[in-house]
Amino acid sequence: MSPSTCCGEKKSGMLSRFLTGKMIETPAGEVPIVSTKYTWRDVLGTWRARWGINRMNYRVEPGLYAVGSPDENSPLFAGANYKMSFDCLRRALSGLDAWILVLDTGGVNVWCAAGKGTFGTQNLMKSIAALKLNRLVAHRTVIVPQLGASGVSGREVQARVGFSVIFGPVRAADIPAFLKNGMEATPEMRRVRFDLPERAAVIPVDLVQAMSATIKALGFLFLLDILRIGGFTPQNTTPALLAVLTGVVLVPLILPFMPVRSFALKGAIAGLAVPVFCYATFRSAASWREVAAGFLLLPVVASWFALNFTGSTTFTSPSGVNRELKIALPLYLAAAVAGSVILISGVFS
Amino acid sequence: MKLTAQHLKNVSTLSLDAERCVGCGMCLTVCPRGVLEMRDGRAKVADSDSCIECGACALNCPASALSVHPGAGCAAAVISGLLFGGDGECKCC
Repeated sequence: MSPSTCCGEKKSGMLSRFLTGKMIETPAGEVPIVSTKYTWRDVLGTWRARWGINRMNYRVEPGLYAVGSPDENSPLFAGANYKMSFDCLRRALSGLDAWILVLDTGGVNVWCAAGKGTFGTQNLMKSIAALKLNRLVAHRTVIVPQLGASGVSGREVQARVGFSVIFGPVRAADIPAFLKNGMEATPEMRRVRFDLPERAAVIPVDLVQAMSATIKALGFLFLLDILRIGGFTPQNTTPALLAVLTGVVLVPLILPFMPVRSFALKGAIAGLAVPVFCYATFRSAASWREVAAGFLLLPVVASWFALNFTGSTTFTSPSGVNRELKIALPLYLAAAVAGSVILISGVFS
Repeated sequence: MKLTAQHLKNVSTLSLDAERCVGCGMCLTVCPRGVLEMRDGRAKVADSDSCIECGACALNCPASALSVHPGAGCAAAVISGLLFGGDGECKCC
């Protein structure tokens, strides 16, 4: 399973521009040397993936790579074959001599892949054996990103293939400090964060994923307009769009500042502001039916998308999401049915 | 109320059998949420409301002292689990 990429060419849809074209001779075979530079192409690729463009196929060839001029004493790092994960790792290793073992995670990042089991004990052991890494490094130690620990049992790897697993820091950027500190991570390096820049970075892909449902809903409102007034007015679609943006963009941005823990409730509270704003301003002439439907439907829309954001966060648990859904889904359904009936009855009255 | 990056209270399935704990500290190393701490040479669940049930501690505990029902805290995955059974897979990551 040696890397089949070579000489900077693109093979089987895998990205390979980061290869320097140089190889290093080792007892485990020839290993391609990668650049630690982050170019405008990488920036563009990251940006595209953030917007959902080619995101599920943004991958590098699994296998072994070299950074600098490593030898048998150089550290060995394991990573995922999602290009964004790989970029973080190779950039962090700038100026160092190291080995990178890229596991085949199907182009999924380390944490999600560890949860799915692809960044896991079996895959790691298989790669260590297939790539003959016992011939590559004398220390027989592999540094696994901490977030890989939900898929990798260090004990089992040690027992079965004789490699010790050291769990590195959560963020690749902390690797130089981790190495300097004698391969000890500080408590700070061991914590996931979800600060504003991180929350903002994951919003675009949620926007893209919300698009199809939004277009369908707008189509429904458009149809109601046609039935009602024989034409189109943005008076109904604007509140709906605002509700979507509240759930997908606003709630993630202000997430920790909302004084409730439930994501559904965060969304519903923020979503209530949408009809309040609309009926106080450009929709002040709305009928009682429209007002009632707005207060029923718009918070549900915002709440639903806010609840969906749990998948992008670093601090929600399946048990927590499960409890939220069991309470929220019946309420969503009731409000959606009631709101739709009121809206549609207005058309025929 | 204090600024919080925590989800719902009292939902985590994490449990620690203190009798079995050998005090190696591996759970503190792998936990990305600072849920566990060492006290008198043994691990202790100090902040279970921060637990996201990722399963890293249980998988890496050499004494099987920790148990948790692991999964992704993701609405898409949980809905797929509720509808189709199993642990739920999402297509978002």
